[in-house]
Amino acid sequence: MTAMVSLKNVVKTYTRGKQLVEVLHHLDLQVADGDFVALMGPSGSGKTTVLNLIGGIDHPTSGEIIVAGERIDQLRGGALARWRSNNVGFVFQFYNLMPMLSAERNVELPLLLTSLSKGERMKRVRAALAVVSLEDRAKHKPSELSGGQAQRVAIARALVSDPKLLVCDEPTGDLDRATADEILHLLQVLNREYGKTIVMVTHDQKAADYATHTLHLDKGRFVQERQKTEA
Amino acid sequence: MKFIPLIWAMLWRKKVRTSLTLLSILIAFLLFGMLQGVNSAFKQTIERSNVNRLVVTNKISITESLPYAYMSQIETIPGVQRVSHESWFGPYYQDPKNFIAAFPVEPEREFPAHPEYIVPKDQLTALEHTRDGAIIGAGLAKKYGWKIGDRIPLHSTIWVKAADGNSDWDFTIVGIYEDPNERSREDAMFFNYKYFDEARSFAKGKVGWYIVQVKDPSQSAQIAQEIDRRFANSPDETKTQTEKEFQQSFMKQIGDINLIVTYILFAVFFALLFAVGSTVMQAVREQVPELAVLKTLGFSDTRMLVLVLVQSLTLCVVAALLGLGLADLLFPMLRNTLGVVNMPATVIAEGVLMAALLAVATGIVPAWRAKRLVIVEALRS
Amino acid sequence: MIKQIVAVTSMNLRSLPQRIGTAWVIVIGIAVTVAVLVSVLAMAAGFQQTLKGTARADRAIVLRAGSQAELESTIDRQNAQTIMDAPGVRKDEAGRPIASAEVVVIVALPQKKDGSDANVTLRGVGPNAMKLRPELHLVAGRMFRPAVRELIVGKSAAAQFKGLDLGSKIAFRDSEWTVVGIFDSHGDAHESELQGDAETVQSAYRRNGYQSVTAMLDSAAAFDRFKGALTTDPTLKVDVRREADYYAAQSTNLSKLLNLLAYFVGGIMALGACSGALNTMYTAVSTRTLEIATLRAIGFSGTPIVISVLVESLLLAIVGSVIGSAAAWLFFNGNTVNTLGAGFSQVVFHLTVTASLLVSGVFVACTIGMLGGLLPAIRAARLPIATALRAS
Repeated sequence: MTAMVSLKNVVKTYTRGKQLVEVLHHLDLQVADGDFVALMGPSGSGKTTVLNLIGGIDHPTSGEIIVAGERIDQLRGGALARWRSNNVGFVFQFYNLMPMLSAERNVELPLLLTSLSKGERMKRVRAALAVVSLEDRAKHKPSELSGGQAQRVAIARALVSDPKLLVCDEPTGDLDRATADEILHLLQVLNREYGKTIVMVTHDQKAADYATHTLHLDKGRFVQERQKTEA
Repeated sequence: MKFIPLIWAMLWRKKVRTSLTLLSILIAFLLFGMLQGVNSAFKQTIERSNVNRLVVTNKISITESLPYAYMSQIETIPGVQRVSHESWFGPYYQDPKNFIAAFPVEPEREFPAHPEYIVPKDQLTALEHTRDGAIIGAGLAKKYGWKIGDRIPLHSTIWVKAADGNSDWDFTIVGIYEDPNERSREDAMFFNYKYFDEARSFAKGKVGWYIVQVKDPSQSAQIAQEIDRRFANSPDETKTQTEKEFQQSFMKQIGDINLIVTYILFAVFFALLFAVGSTVMQAVREQVPELAVLKTLGFSDTRMLVLVLVQSLTLCVVAALLGLGLADLLFPMLRNTLGVVNMPATVIAEGVLMAALLAVATGIVPAWRAKRLVIVEALRS
Repeated sequence: MIKQIVAVTSMNLRSLPQRIGTAWVIVIGIAVTVAVLVSVLAMAAGFQQTLKGTARADRAIVLRAGSQAELESTIDRQNAQTIMDAPGVRKDEAGRPIASAEVVVIVALPQKKDGSDANVTLRGVGPNAMKLRPELHLVAGRMFRPAVRELIVGKSAAAQFKGLDLGSKIAFRDSEWTVVGIFDSHGDAHESELQGDAETVQSAYRRNGYQSVTAMLDSAAAFDRFKGALTTDPTLKVDVRREADYYAAQSTNLSKLLNLLAYFVGGIMALGACSGALNTMYTAVSTRTLEIATLRAIGFSGTPIVISVLVESLLLAIVGSVIGSAAAWLFFNGNTVNTLGAGFSQVVFHLTVTASLLVSGVFVACTIGMLGGLLPAIRAARLPIATALRAS
């Protein structure tokens, strides 16, 4: 199995005032293509930092990061932005949709960076909304959608440019149990039927149960690895 | 461009605030349009002065007259095409408030010397053959509803008739002239010098000033000097200027309008800079999470800079155009007070340029901040 | 209630430094509006003041009937004498009427500032002119002698035009005139004039008549008698006016224009300042959403909230008006502006930033402040508490 994500000896430090704080200590990680990985750990463990590094929105202080065949730790500026738009889809805890755009315009955003025509773009938008079963809500604004619906729009946005990797930061953190289950089920479908590699940060064990395996992080280091057999 | 819906949506994120900012900019440019419009209109009037014409006045001041006899002397000067003369009649119609710019002239000299006045030939002939005839400007006709054939009594504030000792002069309207290039000059009246000179009780045989049409404008300076030399050391010395210089010196005496307008506009734009700048800063600060998401989606740093700048530009230019448009609509209202008619088109161009500068000035810092936004920090907040 | 108002208001004002950036928007917007309004009105006031200047209730000016200004009028010698001998005119110790039949002409002279020509009034005055205008006194040199081509020039004229220093000579009408004195006239329109002996000016300009007759009356009440005598005289066709009225009419057009300018421009700027103020106050309120919602949840009623917002807005407006008025006063008070007066010649007038103008400025500022604060204040008071508390 080819590795979709590979972290080698990754260190991340922040400067907090005059102090240097090392958040990740010489981390190694491999995520196989088609995997659905849950990252768990107490707050301050660095799990969000790992996610940000994998998603290419942060740089390691040292070490190698290879995602989808690219050394993204060596990419900068416009090149990194381009890489992101082609290879990664983000799903956040608070959806982070543009409040003044309709659902379909929100989903269209990543495609504005491509050279597709308007017709092409809207075709893909509709397809993405179909995958998350929200075609009938296309014209609604986020304020007119329920939490679950908004998150599904966010997932559609993450899918629309057909990235290989989905990166999710507490995607069900703001949802009630029933809605959370719907979302997690959707993610599972995307992984099993559409072959998307998913890395998900969560503090919810029930959410982690939907993943193929879970990694535990504590104080910047992996502590355990539990393999879950296919259900 | 495909980014327009996004930019528009970002602008209207907070409807009330954007509307108020738009209003402020609109108002500032309404003012700009009107004030700079007046300024420009005055300048244009001067620029449009006919280069082929000289104005010959008494050296002491324009209120002193010149002898009629000078005309034949001026005609003999080489380079002179035609000589005409005008005098200040100074009448009003019924009420001192209704002042009229009326000039006794010799029509066969005056109208050829002023080719910009369009009047049908038969009307000119009518004036030559009607002793108390008058040709009025289209603007004047419209103002008082006068038509050809009307008899109008005017009261001169200066000239008294020898026959009856009063200052009421009667005229018959025989023609209407138009000046399509300078509508503000359509408010004058021309009548026969002969009628004027014969009937007046004093200063007979004199004219107010001469208009000299030259064959070659590049000779203006020499011809002007020659005219003044011809009459130097006479009891009535002359001062000859090009029509443009004449207008300019008159404008100057009214005051440094340019300075006042500049001062006011400077003050306004200073305040506007503050107001808009503060709003844009505020807006971008609030947009930080959204800008972070856009960056996450793959929008490059440079693209973010452009996005914010274009937002600023759209707001400023659209508001400016609305304000300038309104000014253009209201401008003709100034006709009665200031005599200017149309807002010059250059003012709109200037306005848009100013709007763009405003947009850049207020938008550059927030745009830079957007460019330098660090995603993880912004998402955290 | 008062305690609530004071408590909320002082809390609000204490948090103002955090919002200082947006607060400046109101201050500057209003400062600029007030500055422009006050300075243009000062121009209008200054102009009127100059023309009205030293007008006295017991001086009257006589022009030919129908003339609006001296330059348009002509009065012949005989009529001039009749007017000066009319009842109501005060006489001096020698029994001569304190009156002056005057010739008013225009001279074009080069200005100091750029050498271009501008019109100046040359007034030929009668022998009793000094007694007629006691406010006019020489500050340098001496009075001109009759029948000699000598002039005295007003302070403002001397300052504006080239060649009007003591001892200089001006040439026109194939003769030379010497400047022998400089006079002060308490800042009225005469200070922009040149004055000489009427007869001498007449002969130089080859004229025989006068433009006006100005007379000192026995008293202000004598005006009606004086006017009655002149208007019923069949040999005269004249208009008789009190000096104050004459000057008031002279300044009407320009004053109207300046007032129009002030209110039009000022009005538009006020609208602009208002929208800026609204923007700022809306922002102020939204920054304080949590604080306001908490206060109301605790039990403070809407009124103290509204008042606290209005107080903030008014305070900023007043600061703005003080800055604007100070700027107008600093830059313009006492400055001179010159323009074309009614006599077709230059009049210099002094800008006066009066106390009443400053008060108008504050008034305008407060109005803007009130309007700018009202709607946001109401919104603050009506904030749905629960959503506000949750949203943060």
